[in-house]
Amino acid sequence: MSNRTLPAWIDIGLIPLINICLAFIVSAGIIMLIGESPVEAVQVMLFGAFGYGEGIGYTLYYATNFIFTGLAVAVAFHAGLFNIGGEGQAYLGGLGVGLVCLMLDSWLPWWALLPFAIVAGGLFGAAWAYIPAYLQAYRGSHIVITTIMFNFIASALMVYLLVNVLIEPGSMSPQTRSIAEGATLPYMYQVFAAFGIEIEQSPLNVSLILALLACVLVWLLIWHTRWGYAIRMIGFNEKAAVYSGINTRRTIVISMCISGALAAMVGINEVMGAQQRVLLEFVAGAGFTGIAVSLMGRNHPLGIIAASVLFGALYQGGAELSFEISTITRDLVVVIQGLVILFCGALAYMLKPTLEKLFLRYTLSKATRQDSLKEEAQS
Amino acid sequence: MTISNPQQAADQSPAIDLRKINKRFGPVHANRDVDLQVGRGTVHGIIGENGAGKSTLMSILYGFYEADSGDILINGKTVKIRASKDAINAGIGMVHQHFMLVDTFTVLENVMLGAEASSSLRHSMVDARKELQRLSEEYGLAVDPDAMTGELPVGLQQRVEILKALYRGADILILDEPTGVLTPQEAEQLFSILDTLRSRGVSVMLITHKLQEILAITDHVSVMRAGTMVADRVTADTNKEELAELMVGRKVLLHVDKAPAQPGDVLLQADNLTVRDADAVPRLDDVSLKLRAGEIVGIAGVSGNGQTELLEVLSGIRPVEDGKLNVNGTLIDATNVLDAKDLRHLSVGHVAEDRHRLGMVTAFSARESAIMGFQDEPEFNRGLLTDGGAITRHCQQLMDEFDVRPGNPDLKSANFSGGNQQKLCIAREMERQPKVLLVGQPTRGVDIGAIEFIHQQIVKLRDAGSAVLVVSVELEEVMSLCDRILVMFEGRIVGEIAASEADAKTLGLMMGNASEAGGNAG
Repeated sequence: MSNRTLPAWIDIGLIPLINICLAFIVSAGIIMLIGESPVEAVQVMLFGAFGYGEGIGYTLYYATNFIFTGLAVAVAFHAGLFNIGGEGQAYLGGLGVGLVCLMLDSWLPWWALLPFAIVAGGLFGAAWAYIPAYLQAYRGSHIVITTIMFNFIASALMVYLLVNVLIEPGSMSPQTRSIAEGATLPYMYQVFAAFGIEIEQSPLNVSLILALLACVLVWLLIWHTRWGYAIRMIGFNEKAAVYSGINTRRTIVISMCISGALAAMVGINEVMGAQQRVLLEFVAGAGFTGIAVSLMGRNHPLGIIAASVLFGALYQGGAELSFEISTITRDLVVVIQGLVILFCGALAYMLKPTLEKLFLRYTLSKATRQDSLKEEAQS
Repeated sequence: MTISNPQQAADQSPAIDLRKINKRFGPVHANRDVDLQVGRGTVHGIIGENGAGKSTLMSILYGFYEADSGDILINGKTVKIRASKDAINAGIGMVHQHFMLVDTFTVLENVMLGAEASSSLRHSMVDARKELQRLSEEYGLAVDPDAMTGELPVGLQQRVEILKALYRGADILILDEPTGVLTPQEAEQLFSILDTLRSRGVSVMLITHKLQEILAITDHVSVMRAGTMVADRVTADTNKEELAELMVGRKVLLHVDKAPAQPGDVLLQADNLTVRDADAVPRLDDVSLKLRAGEIVGIAGVSGNGQTELLEVLSGIRPVEDGKLNVNGTLIDATNVLDAKDLRHLSVGHVAEDRHRLGMVTAFSARESAIMGFQDEPEFNRGLLTDGGAITRHCQQLMDEFDVRPGNPDLKSANFSGGNQQKLCIAREMERQPKVLLVGQPTRGVDIGAIEFIHQQIVKLRDAGSAVLVVSVELEEVMSLCDRILVMFEGRIVGEIAASEADAKTLGLMMGNASEAGGNAG
């Protein structure tokens, strides 16, 4: 009776909204300090992210990556695991996607190639998550530490491979050759054009559909299968899972592999879609942003989609901002993104006790009113 | 501090006088116009079911919560208690159910922790040692000041808690479920300590759900129900039946009604089971036992003497490492490891000792908690997906059969009362009529009304030909519910006795002292 929870609309709706507003208020203060108008900055950002076709395309293209990495963090989180290694898993996943595409692109069209690319990328990402997962489940190494280290290993490995092995002969920059035309994912503007609808060009491609599909699959997995039941039970209470006859170690390894495979789908969007080749650091922090996305989206696919669009808008709008207003540099945009992560992720529950108190006071006064009404009615 | 002050002795105002205390948590009215008077130098019992508002009231008195309205008078003076510090300054000390002691400190260090007299630790130590000596003598609380606290038996640790409160100048002591972790003998000693405290003018408030303790030691008893104080009795003028009825609000049957057992075939046989912890210390030491169809076997013992490990091994939570287990013809040993799900398939049900950590997931909805252990059964799955409708219907059925309230499968498991949670767990484990049912603490944290029901269900399962193993720290429960009693001490079974021949004294001796008990039990 002591810790009554808040109704859902406050918990999932109001609190994140207040947090975002706080982040923007602080950002506005910083923008004022450097002598620019925060109102103008917001206008530029909003217009850059949502104001015209290309901007929307870029926002959703970034969001696609964040949905994948956000889902990856969420699946692990439901099993009580904090997967910080999305970055490395996505990077290796991209390698898997790239290898399959480079091997088969002269034979297969994109739609036939896609399943192989998904499987290969998924396997690479899962394998990269498997090692930390095994070490956690069977050897007691902490997954936060091992996944962070595996990000560095992935980064070093990819530099080696791209510089020494996979580099396009004769090229100066460490990247593979381009994937053959026809084997890359169609852009959304091409898809729309096929239906006779004209939209502006952007790197947004059919991976977005794959991302939304992944949301549905994760939702089904976590809340509507016995495996999801086992995953959530381990996350809530590992001893209860043992009591229920669940093989906790195996389930931990499996959920981490699913998590790694989901992160690896960034490779589909980037390697097979936007960049059409494997290049250095193509993940560009999406793995880390996925942590903030998942936290903000409360580890639920719907929340993750919303948070991904928000962060996509921050990336895209931020880029526009630093382009339009010269005093607001790229670094300041990073500060704004950081503030949003700080307030929505790290300080997500800062206001909860206060709101709880306010809410309790409100229900209390309502209950007292009703009591006195009842008493009046009786007398 | 004591009645040495003549002015205080002449003053007849009670030690504690609570007037019209109200406390709400949102729409829940946890304390409604509660009045309570505790006389000086008396032992005052407070009883009530879980959620009746006892803990809230004590938390208000000790400064964990602040009352919405009402007055607190200590020794006739109105005080404002906003934090524990205010309570301590007003002379109130609290001994929690789970001790607040640093295991790696000596007794002296624990007693003075946070109440050091000066910044020089050495000077404080000298003073504290003298004061501790004086308190020990005055109240008959002998304990070695230099002993390492963690190595003391539980009864002595409790003494340290009492000394801690007295050291801080308490003349009002609140004890929350103090006998839960004690052997009957240790409980006796505690009562004689309370007796001494009373004779020295200390007022004691005893919160408990054990009616016989109320009758044994208190002068007055107050009964709470649903946030209100429903009765205040002089202990000498009341009895168990009346108190139980006041607590529950209806007549309750306190003893278990059952026919004599008719033991049949052995359904579960354990031979030389041994479990070692990480330090290779045996937690379960060469335990052999047989469970027969149609009998309820009880395991008595102070908690922490291997009962938990026994249940874990028998239910498959912990693999059999040493020794063997025969469940209804299936042999389980170190070479044939079965997990909890396999054991359920061998028709072994297991109601966990600790339902919050093991028997259910408090964050799950009731319907999800209701399929724990059966989540892979075909009836709850449709292909790859779970069958939500079937799971809800299953939970609804369990709730109807076992009268779980509120009967809402979508409600979060944490939001049910202890009794209703336990009923749901027992319903889940009994639903398939297991051949062997293991029950840990069947009625821990369960309201009196529900206890009666749970006992009836266990007896019913026995009469249907199942073997039941009951582990309980409640001696009365073991004696009234079980047919045969095994006593555990330090991981071993040290004695066996038919329930009809058992009494608290013999069992208590067996529980506390292995060698003597072995002789007694024969």
